[in-house]
Amino acid sequence: MATQQRVAASAASAISFRRSGFSAVTDRTWYVLRRWPVLPLLILAALVFVAIFAPAVAPYEPTKNNLSARNAPGFWDPEWYEENGVEKRYFLGADHVGRDIFSRLVFGARISLTVMAIAVSTGLIVGVTLGVVSGYFGGWTDEIIQRVVDIWNALPFLLIALVVVIVYNKREWDFPGGRASLIMLLLALLTWSNFVKNIRVEALTLREREYVMYARVAGASHLRIMLRHLLPGVINTSIVIATLSTGGLVLTEASLSFLGAGIPPPTPAWGLMVAEGREYVATAWWLVVIPGVVILTVVMSLNFVGDWLRDRLDPRLRQLA
Amino acid sequence: MGRFLVRRAALGLLSLFAATAIVFALSRAAGDPLLLFVKPGGYAMTPQTMEAMKKKLGLDKPLAVQYLIWLGRAMKGDLGKTVIAELSVAEKVRQRIGATVQLSVGAWLVATMIGIPLGVLSAVRRGSVYDYIGRTIAGFGQSVPTFWIGIMLILLFAVTLDWLPVQGRGLSGSSFPGNWKYYVLPIFTLGFTSAAPYLRLTRSAMLDVLDSEFVKLARAKGASRGTVIWKHGMRNALVSPLTYSGLLLAGFLSGATIVETVFGWPGIGQLATQAVYQNDYPMITGSVLIFALLFVVTSYFLDVLYAVVDPRIRYVR
Repeated sequence: MATQQRVAASAASAISFRRSGFSAVTDRTWYVLRRWPVLPLLILAALVFVAIFAPAVAPYEPTKNNLSARNAPGFWDPEWYEENGVEKRYFLGADHVGRDIFSRLVFGARISLTVMAIAVSTGLIVGVTLGVVSGYFGGWTDEIIQRVVDIWNALPFLLIALVVVIVYNKREWDFPGGRASLIMLLLALLTWSNFVKNIRVEALTLREREYVMYARVAGASHLRIMLRHLLPGVINTSIVIATLSTGGLVLTEASLSFLGAGIPPPTPAWGLMVAEGREYVATAWWLVVIPGVVILTVVMSLNFVGDWLRDRLDPRLRQLA
Repeated sequence: MGRFLVRRAALGLLSLFAATAIVFALSRAAGDPLLLFVKPGGYAMTPQTMEAMKKKLGLDKPLAVQYLIWLGRAMKGDLGKTVIAELSVAEKVRQRIGATVQLSVGAWLVATMIGIPLGVLSAVRRGSVYDYIGRTIAGFGQSVPTFWIGIMLILLFAVTLDWLPVQGRGLSGSSFPGNWKYYVLPIFTLGFTSAAPYLRLTRSAMLDVLDSEFVKLARAKGASRGTVIWKHGMRNALVSPLTYSGLLLAGFLSGATIVETVFGWPGIGQLATQAVYQNDYPMITGSVLIFALLFVVTSYFLDVLYAVVDPRIRYVR
């Protein structure tokens, strides 16, 4: 009993000691650090910055090879450059044909961001529209849209995407914008169904709200009700799902590149860099490790921000893994 | 209930039709499959022999008819012959499916053994070290590209430490317990990256249940902590993780393609990707049918089981 009391007392004094040790400023810092995903947001901001100013940030051209610097190591091995008489310095090393890895990562950020932005916004527009229409009208419209989503979700997506890209390579027809825009289309096709189910449920509950009834009585058209009264109510959920889907899309795009069906070489895409470096992994680990770490960091940041947005904007979505 | 079963089955069948029809049409969009066999103007290739070849392969009929013929045969278990080696597609799938099932079941066990205990632990000890470890693993597993972690594990355990083999499933003729070393990396790679959503789902379900009134009542009436967690908590929290676990297995059976490519695992995923590169269209449609079938059947039984186990689920939405 006595020991317990002593433990409790010392614990209490430790707490008060810590309290007094913190100034108001650090308290405030702690508060922000705990409430805001500062690091992930910084990483994403840096990514956007680097992507926009890619030509200024990158020291070399991302597709220019230098055969004397094949598999050159980065800053950790300066002696290599002396021994091999290579004058240029590659901060993160060079790949199997001597292209600067850092510059490729920087331009890869541009590719990734463009692909993601277009794919996610296309998926978002289609998915949210269908979700709202499905929830608002109900009945047969709802039934058909929901069944299409179910069927869609049962398709082996990766394999179908692979077939599409291979078909495109052997084509006798052309796709506007080439293979990169085809990849965007495929990724958008993967995303839209993520939105439909959740948005539909939201629209179902919003539809029963009194203000929607009043709008109807006042003679508002279906289109007007959906645009003015339902859409604003589902925006939070849409943003959360979009952020959470983006991380998954980066991974899917990388997987497609890895299987040889992503953004075509020599364009610097992160997944492609891992795939190309794979054969040299035993002798030049940086070819594979560095782009992989970049993918991991970006996806992790996206997921963190997505989780944070979900908790802030839409706690009901918490079940969404 | 009866109506639910029928609706669900009809939906599954529709998925199968959609998947195969899409891939059937796509695989033809690459160009005339006849050109895989013969080059016009090649040796002894008169227009007459070309026509005969076309007839023999059934390529003279319209695409829709070709699809229906294929579908009719597929229902009898005949998936046609591969273009390259003229082997039976069904036979090739049968040879490879064992490897995919082994990989899937193994990875599923790994994911379950990581996901559920850690999920429960991090919910019960919310805010503790365990919770942080669990959430870090979940965050990492959800963000890491599967192929990359596979390569990293190869680099560490096969190349640097030389403990485990790099690729494959052992020499021909060797079977499971003897060649266990070959299983470790692929199974762990697939299982680990899939454990993350599992863990998150278990954690949030468990948190919801632990927060509910009946758990508070159980604590208030004096039930021990263990009883409350395992008897009241787990039983009610496990429904959604278990559903997910079924979908996960279905996903593995139909989507272990990446892991099979990284580790040179001789499963149907690898078979399908090779077929895609070679434009071997009977093999492509055949393997897509198998993938879709595995997915649809697994998720069908899952839905039914789910409805039987949990009376709170309404059969007709």
